[in-house]
Amino acid sequence: MSQIHHHIPEPMLMAYAAGTLEHSFALLVAAHVSMCDDCRSALGAHEAVGGALLEQHPEQAVSARMKDALFAQLDDAPKQEPEVTYGRSGVFPGPVMQALKGQPPRWKSVGGGVRQTLLHADAAGSVRLLYIAPGRAVPDHGHNGIELTLVLQGAFRDETGRFGVGDLEVADDTVEHTPVAELGAPCICLAATDAPLRFNSLIPRLLQPLLRI
Amino acid sequence: MPKPPEPSFSDLTVLMLAVRDKRDRAAFGQLFDYFAPRLKGVAMRSGLGSGAAEDVAQEVLLTVWRKAEQFDPHRAQVSAWIFQIARNRRIDLVRKENRPVPEEIKIADEVEDDAGQIVAMEQEAGQLKQALDRLKPAQRDLIQKAYLGDLTHKEISDQTGLALGTVKSRIRLGLERLRHDLKGLR
Ligand SMILES: [Zn+2]
Repeated sequence: MSQIHHHIPEPMLMAYAAGTLEHSFALLVAAHVSMCDDCRSALGAHEAVGGALLEQHPEQAVSARMKDALFAQLDDAPKQEPEVTYGRSGVFPGPVMQALKGQPPRWKSVGGGVRQTLLHADAAGSVRLLYIAPGRAVPDHGHNGIELTLVLQGAFRDETGRFGVGDLEVADDTVEHTPVAELGAPCICLAATDAPLRFNSLIPRLLQPLLRI
Repeated sequence: MPKPPEPSFSDLTVLMLAVRDKRDRAAFGQLFDYFAPRLKGVAMRSGLGSGAAEDVAQEVLLTVWRKAEQFDPHRAQVSAWIFQIARNRRIDLVRKENRPVPEEIKIADEVEDDAGQIVAMEQEAGQLKQALDRLKPAQRDLIQKAYLGDLTHKEISDQTGLALGTVKSRIRLGLERLRHDLKGLR
């Protein structure tokens, strides 16, 4: 998809390749990679670096027992069920369908023409789907940490530019922005933060713990 | 019917294709001899003792055997594929939620058994290893920690006593150096 203009920053893709990225950000990265051939090849390059470093790593002699023990298991049936893999459904790429466990999203209104579905929240951050009616704004908010937003349908604009399908916006705590959905199709985004958002008007701040946004 | 492997494929690729296509145990034994001591070495970086590190290496290699049909030499070198298996295992251990998995490229998009593409990828991987060897020791060390040590940049900073900004910029410079070297080789 050559119309993607905003990609995954390199340190984030590298952390994803190394397996050290928080779960909520990893979901965004996996979703973007599903939509972007450039980042898919860049991920492959990072994994090639990992493989090369593995090949060059100093060896630690293994016991003879270990090889026998492994060969004894080759005919055993795997204990775990094979992983279920999810493909794209409508505007939702496979990793989002995986997080939704194959079900359509259950939208909850948060007011102002904005709806959300929380996909995951823990101490390290949260990830949710946002549905923004055409022309409506996500309430003005700053961040305590980093917020990632991946557009799945439609487009939004904010103080930093325009973001269309497949584009990934990275906003850190220096950015106070008001994303506004373009006219046309409603804007559907996948958004992840590594800290609770702070909204700049009273009511959203009161509701923030309740809505978990 | 799969074509016999081209003689120009690397030993590791030939062995892995024999495991994938013929369930060849002797070939798997040779892959074991190559990767088990390396996987054990990597596992011991994170502070595991010898026995626990062997358990990790054993689990990873058992997955290599069981998921061999997913190995695709057009997409990843053997070592890059095993790196991914080891990484996925580590993530799955620490969290209950499903690890997000990118969609696979559709089979129809792929070329059937393109030996030329596989050889070209192997050459690039060889160049990558040379470029890694040419990095300054400090850069190489941080890159190794970031990819293999299971450490975030913040943890590397804590462990090495380097400021977080220094860690980030050394890793970035190291990657730029790699990219520069690889471009020069084309
Ligand atoms: Zn991209």
